[in-house]
Amino acid sequence: MKLLIKNGHVIDPGNKIDGVMDILVEGEKISKVAKCIDNKADAIIDAAGKIVIPGIVDMHVHLREPGREDKETVFSGTMAAAKGGVTSVLCMPNTSPSLDSTKVVKILGDIIRETANVDVFVCGAITVGRAGKELVNIGDLKKEGIIAISDDGASVDSDGLMSKALKDAKKEKVLVICHSEDKALSGKGLVNRGFISTRLGLRGISKEAEYKRVSRDIKLAEDSDAVVHIAHVSCAESVEIIKRAKKKGVKVTAETAPHYFSLNEEDLLDYNTNMKINPPLRTKDDILAIKQGLKDGTIDIIASDHAPHTESEKEIEFEYAEFGSTGLETELAVGATELVNSGILTWSELIRKMSLNPAMVLGIDKGTLGVNKAADIAIISPNKEWVVKKEDFVSKSKNSAFIGRKLKGIVEYTIYKGKVTYKA
Amino acid sequence: MTKKKTVKWAHKDLLGLEYLSREDIELLLDTAESFREILDRKIKKVPALRGKTVVNLFYEPSTRTRVSFEVAAKRLSADVINIAVESSSVKKGETLNDTGRNIEALKADIIVVRHNCSGAATMLARNVNISVINAGDGWHEHPTQALLDIFTLRKKTGKLEGLNVSIVGDIAHSRVARSNIWGLTKFGVKVTVCAPKILIPPEIEKMGVKITDNIDEALADADAINVLRMQFERDDMKAFPTQLEYFRNFGVTEDRLKKSKKNIIVMHPGPINRGVEISSQVADGANSVILEQVTNGIAVRMAVLFWVSQTKDKDVHTKHEVVNEATY
Repeated sequence: MKLLIKNGHVIDPGNKIDGVMDILVEGEKISKVAKCIDNKADAIIDAAGKIVIPGIVDMHVHLREPGREDKETVFSGTMAAAKGGVTSVLCMPNTSPSLDSTKVVKILGDIIRETANVDVFVCGAITVGRAGKELVNIGDLKKEGIIAISDDGASVDSDGLMSKALKDAKKEKVLVICHSEDKALSGKGLVNRGFISTRLGLRGISKEAEYKRVSRDIKLAEDSDAVVHIAHVSCAESVEIIKRAKKKGVKVTAETAPHYFSLNEEDLLDYNTNMKINPPLRTKDDILAIKQGLKDGTIDIIASDHAPHTESEKEIEFEYAEFGSTGLETELAVGATELVNSGILTWSELIRKMSLNPAMVLGIDKGTLGVNKAADIAIISPNKEWVVKKEDFVSKSKNSAFIGRKLKGIVEYTIYKGKVTYKA
Repeated sequence: MTKKKTVKWAHKDLLGLEYLSREDIELLLDTAESFREILDRKIKKVPALRGKTVVNLFYEPSTRTRVSFEVAAKRLSADVINIAVESSSVKKGETLNDTGRNIEALKADIIVVRHNCSGAATMLARNVNISVINAGDGWHEHPTQALLDIFTLRKKTGKLEGLNVSIVGDIAHSRVARSNIWGLTKFGVKVTVCAPKILIPPEIEKMGVKITDNIDEALADADAINVLRMQFERDDMKAFPTQLEYFRNFGVTEDRLKKSKKNIIVMHPGPINRGVEISSQVADGANSVILEQVTNGIAVRMAVLFWVSQTKDKDVHTKHEVVNEATY
């Protein structure tokens, strides 16, 4: 099977390509990237006027399997991924039971092999039950296929334990991803602490709860010369701390999510529970800082933190509602709308942060369109405008913070291992 | 009710005073003045809401507000149904939205909702087409309490602009404080909030208020003081000094009142904790209007019930303006 993608504007930061090219796909792999490929193909996609990119690598996704198949499954979540131009995801370990043992990771591995529609990489837990008490056996989990560890949704409070996790992970060459939150400070908070939390009469979550823990996590990594990745950066102070650490040479990378550069705490004024997210939506100044961090390279990666929840967990009182928004189906468009259209990033820079950089940080052979690489490709109409509608989501859950938003840029095709898995 | 006026009222719901204009509030207060007269008549009933059904949906125990709404609705000839829901069973049982939709299907016209969660009334209003009146949601707003406070104040002083009003007590967890601040500042009232620092919510100064943790300072220039009920049973209050210590530092006592303006108006949303936030002498004294507040509360709630029942379509969140011409 030969597939020829013609006349598209190919953006492949890994190979420094940013211009009109054709791409020839043979079987599961890319066989040629060049101007005017005339090979006979079984199928041709005319990509004139469209942007052709390496499929997105989303390193922060909750697929909810095993245990919460009512929210999402590997099947439904990877269908959502395909719709969003995402061809690789890293799934988070806060499942039920959590991904803390070879047994559970093996079960998930089987599910992935049987039902996934895109590549699913697995992030194991740092501690047993994500309870912050006892480290998992990183080596064993690695043999079962995990490529990173995180207690996502929780932070390991004990400095000693976290330090040991960083050292062990370094030995095993497994990435440590930090959900940096000091629960002693965030407590039962619901929204960003400040004027908005006062107006809404809701308990606040201070920025301190995040940046103090970011600071600690970086310090621990620095002390043992380990690698650390900071998840979902939401506030200006965290950006500044990471920037300084990078300057010092600490091996830290960082990610933010689309909602942290597109939505702010004021969007919560009508108690929309889809905007109830942890860390919480912050201030307009934080948005500027996040954008600046993306621009100057402090923030390496954009990942969705796709967090599906059922209607009965979201269409309830704000205080009782779960934290999180879905994001797989909107992340590229939000990135394009908020960052490319406003001149913060070029397309190439955006794609680097959504595809190449996460692949490099995770150490997976993804994120480029080179010859002999997996044919994971997305084709985008960069100027097409659309409105996010609840009924259009293919994810099992519809809790998107972006419902009702007008976005510019839409995924037309997603090709995974040479096959068209999504077509608009 | 012989006055004839053409007025604009564009709200299906009453969710908070933050969302009303000064003109909206004035309309409610003026209407309440008319209704206030009725309460002193021999026959205390008008047919304004005849054939309408008001449902009091209370997720928190509240005698005062619930009874006040019930009396108000009955004075307007509405039918009243009271539903008390154990808030402990909220998570397991029917959702608030489903309960609301069921009440709507029962062809009720107005839901008066009291809930322990901030935003509950807003959510309910979004999910039903009938009117929702917020009778207190979490720490967010308690608009009819603030309306009756403002009504009482206006009645006592004749004008609101330029008055100094101090609100004393647990501001952080008080929906009464928030609603009063939104309402009073719209009339050019200078509001001071007074509480121990840990009970002042973050950035409240952006609501246009002064902050102090000195009760004497709060009383010094005040034309009126609104004393909030201290809830020492709250979880958050565990870190807090004793009731006695609070009374010593923040209690409104006769000695303290002596140093304030002679005609200072003392308000309290009730129920009062004698000897905790206010002394008995002050609560029962000449400056106290606490019981007048209770009576005025009926008139204010009558006005609110009346106006929201005039609005037939959703408007608050769709910003689609519904103009009602009503004669009252």
